[in-house]
Amino acid sequence: MIEARGLEKRYGDRVAVHDLSFTARPGTVTGFLGPNGAGKSTTMRMILGLDRPTRGEVRVNGRRYRDAVAPMHEVGVMLEARAVHTGRTAAKHLLALAQTHGISRRRVDEVIEMVGLTEVARRRAGGFSLGMGQRLGIASALLGDPATLILDEPVNGLDPEGIRWIRSLLRDLAAEGRTVFLSSHLMSEMAMTATNLVIVGRGRLIAETTVDEVIAGASPAAVHVRTPASARLREVLAGTGVTVTATAADTLEVTGRTCAEIGQAALASGVVLHELIPRQVSLEDAFMNLTHDAVEYGTPLALAGAPRSEASA
Amino acid sequence: MTTQTTRMTGSTQAPALSDASSIASPGRRHGRSRGSGRTAVRITQWRVMRSEWIKLTSLRSTLWTLAAALAFMVLLGLVLSRVTANDWSHYSPEDRATFDATATSLSGMYLAQLAIGVLGVLVISGEYATGMIRASLGVVPRRLPVLWAKLVTFAAASLAVMVVADLIAFTAGQAMLSSRHIDVSLSDPGVLRAVLGAALFVTGIGVIGLALGAILRNTPAAIGVLFGVLLVLPQIVSALPRSLARIGDYLPSASGDALMQVTDSSGVPSPAHGLIVLAVYLAVTIAAAAVLLVRRDA
Repeated sequence: MIEARGLEKRYGDRVAVHDLSFTARPGTVTGFLGPNGAGKSTTMRMILGLDRPTRGEVRVNGRRYRDAVAPMHEVGVMLEARAVHTGRTAAKHLLALAQTHGISRRRVDEVIEMVGLTEVARRRAGGFSLGMGQRLGIASALLGDPATLILDEPVNGLDPEGIRWIRSLLRDLAAEGRTVFLSSHLMSEMAMTATNLVIVGRGRLIAETTVDEVIAGASPAAVHVRTPASARLREVLAGTGVTVTATAADTLEVTGRTCAEIGQAALASGVVLHELIPRQVSLEDAFMNLTHDAVEYGTPLALAGAPRSEASA
Repeated sequence: MTTQTTRMTGSTQAPALSDASSIASPGRRHGRSRGSGRTAVRITQWRVMRSEWIKLTSLRSTLWTLAAALAFMVLLGLVLSRVTANDWSHYSPEDRATFDATATSLSGMYLAQLAIGVLGVLVISGEYATGMIRASLGVVPRRLPVLWAKLVTFAAASLAVMVVADLIAFTAGQAMLSSRHIDVSLSDPGVLRAVLGAALFVTGIGVIGLALGAILRNTPAAIGVLFGVLLVLPQIVSALPRSLARIGDYLPSASGDALMQVTDSSGVPSPAHGLIVLAVYLAVTIAAAAVLLVRRDA
């Protein structure tokens, strides 16, 4: 359980996070979604006490993270894959973290096997690929068998198989009653993993919602119709709440009527239809509509662009 | 690397996938203590020290810097003692009167302090350079236990190595000097204090380096400041007019000379003075490091 209340972080004049409140509940995968620079990493750092909030507070499992008796058992963290000393082997890195809490060597071996790093555990982490580094980060997050997991862009750098693995792992962890909180700047990724969403832009809360709601909200989309009798169909369809636009001599874009309704109307009036295609608004479009005003920099294209790491300041 | 990754994901992926839920939680959700007979999973200062000990001993830089410190200590002491023994017949009566057999055999300290100082800086600045510090402070959010553990484990390792190095250097050096019968014994007044004092001083410099690393969070900056204080500042002070030259007695480097001297020479303050100067530098830098570690965003 993560509860943020009125969280604010300023760096000098710059407001990185402003009056942010949200809740991530046990048993769910909550996606923390926003364009690059929206304050996601800063918020995650504040949850962990790495950054001190200028105002507001955030509680993890009912208390401040720093007051936890066994922080690793409360929260498993992967803020960035590269929070590892490059000169140390993966096994020693995990053992050193485990020792702070008296976590056994057996558990260290367990998580190494779990993330599939057994063969490279005795190699120095500096030589790891991005994907291996990511797996090491996930291993360290799981070490303490935490009630809450906080992961910053966990699929970054993973190959397709690794992405599939992490998605099912996160769902399993949530199914066990854990709170899973992960950030991404890709709505499509969130739709695959998360059930709940906390959407931010420019450090402000845009929406606290669910993936299903966003998908539903994305639905009022146009229907593409091709018919030789386009003028006739226009007359038939005309009514309140309906917009019909001619996109070519024989094609129309219709909003406000479903495919079924258009088909029915065409049959009733004896109009022949050559094409009847629902145009779904993509999840990225839906997400971009939500965050449209909140994009701090870059073109909207950069939002849905290639999966690259959020500027980790 | 690519083949390695492919092989890794290819072969171990399936079991990892299916084992995920079962391994992740063998029925121990949210419980503070885990199972019977096992000590509860929680942070203690002792455990953080064990963690820091693993960190310290699992890096090659630790091995190299400690080996360098030991080698400097032994080899330089050996060479200078040998040279002194060879040249003894050319020494003036005044030179012979102020000759300090212990200090001569411990001359390697001036190089060993640099190696240990670098190690001290790296103990924490290496974590800032690699991002490891966020993992360290993330699992110990109260932060100070990490600093205390680093100080204790580093000081213990450094002191152990330096005591051994000093004893070897002393023994070897005296063996060289014995050809002229100008050697001293460990049981002579002040000699043991000097041998241990040199180890203490070098360790103290390393601890100051660690504190500087924590304050500056940057390896080159911390090493630069440390070397500047140890090597450059004494040169500048010695160039000052005579009335101001006593400032030199309050530099960290002076405390090394003071702790190591057996034969009185007018230019060097007393061992007690040296110990106090070192303690003050340690207290100030450690206090600053602790305050900044707690206050600053990691």
